[in-house]
Amino acid sequence: MNWVWFHKLASPPTAYAFARTLRPWLLWPSLSMMLWAGYAALFVVPPDYQQLDAYRIIFVHVPAASLSLMVYSIMAIAAGIGLIWRMKLAHAVAAACVLPGSVFTVLALVTGAIWGKPMWGAWWAWDPRLTTELILLFLYLGYMALRASFDDIGRADRAAAVLALVGLVNIPIIKYSVVWWNSLHQGKTLSIWGKSSIDPSMVMPLLVMLLAFVMFFGAILCDGLCAQILRRERHAQWLTKQVQ
Amino acid sequence: MSVSGHTLSPFTQFALILRRDLRLAVRRWDQVLQPLVFFVVVITLFPLAISPELSELRRIATGILWVAAMLASLLAGEALFRPDLEDGVMEQWVLTGQPLPWLLLAKTVGHWLLTGFPLVLVAPWVATALGVEFDHWRLMILTLALGTALLSVLGAIGAALTVGLRRGNMLMAMLVLPLEMPVLIFGAKALDFGLQGDVVTGPLSVLAAMLLLGLVLGPFAMAAAIRIGVE
Repeated sequence: MNWVWFHKLASPPTAYAFARTLRPWLLWPSLSMMLWAGYAALFVVPPDYQQLDAYRIIFVHVPAASLSLMVYSIMAIAAGIGLIWRMKLAHAVAAACVLPGSVFTVLALVTGAIWGKPMWGAWWAWDPRLTTELILLFLYLGYMALRASFDDIGRADRAAAVLALVGLVNIPIIKYSVVWWNSLHQGKTLSIWGKSSIDPSMVMPLLVMLLAFVMFFGAILCDGLCAQILRRERHAQWLTKQVQ
Repeated sequence: MSVSGHTLSPFTQFALILRRDLRLAVRRWDQVLQPLVFFVVVITLFPLAISPELSELRRIATGILWVAAMLASLLAGEALFRPDLEDGVMEQWVLTGQPLPWLLLAKTVGHWLLTGFPLVLVAPWVATALGVEFDHWRLMILTLALGTALLSVLGAIGAALTVGLRRGNMLMAMLVLPLEMPVLIFGAKALDFGLQGDVVTGPLSVLAAMLLLGLVLGPFAMAAAIRIGVE
């Protein structure tokens, strides 16, 4: 198999064009899937026998929480690739991941709080899952702060990459916090390959919503990557030509 | 680090760096004392802020000790690499072609011996002021020794990342504290279990495992960060 197309993707002009082309293919299907899953979640799926209608927030909460971890992993992997193979584009991808990642984390925390109030009687509990998710937010904020404190973008890239990789050790702790500590937060309920412990009628909208979130993040990442390339390559000739 | 053309064995390098740092510390012993004093001062704040009742303090003593140890290690770690970067030593280390992670590990071990270890030794005495019986000194020294060593490694990574920056203090705290939280969780848990007479091997093993992981992988992160800071 010919891998030239793959290597070409690492060059900013190709990546820029690729991200611009890919974006609508991710964005519009994602938005329509969100609409369908949102409709199904609110009107089609039956209420929970105990939590009644309040549980419906999982259709936002679970995808947001999954994405918060997934985006950090993508960011760290991209940072590692950038650090090891000195690939500038990988650093640009990592830089484009921080903002959406931290927004997903905030969304997971806020929807969790909204859900926690009627169910647990408190907006916040010092439960391992909640606390580790908050630490994840701090990791994102630290990453942003470190990146912002360098003037030179190359040094900022590499320093932030080291931090992202060191922070990666916290990801399994967050993911398995509900398994390791028996806590207030419920355990693993959704499973793509095995049997989920929630009602089958709820699984489909939830999985579709998850996929929609992933694709939405992909579209946002394309935007972020284009913005990063615009900033990093602002003196490059191909870009001036492209923009004119 | 080659003296008159011949290279030194890694262990000699390690010992040389350690000896240099210890000697520098003896000449400026006030800097060794500062984290210790800071540790005691932070602990003094809690009885003032919460309650002077020993029964109440005993309940939260482990948490107080760990938070104070974390803050002391954070403040001490800030100056770990800066003097060497400013006077050019770090640049020479990078240029020697010797394994930089190994040299930085020696530096970190020296740092722990000077700032972490004295704190560990003092902790059982300080803890009695919080209502913890002195009988627990063995456990306290063991958990705090493992924990502060790990804090030194993580702090060294943070110090290496922020070494070239003008205002690194606050930034370093922001980077390092989230990473240090697992240490706090398992360290406080081990100490708590021990004070209640439970088996401590679980959290203690996790703490030791994390320390080993940190000792093996941490120096590489430090080296990568120092290389960014030096250029």
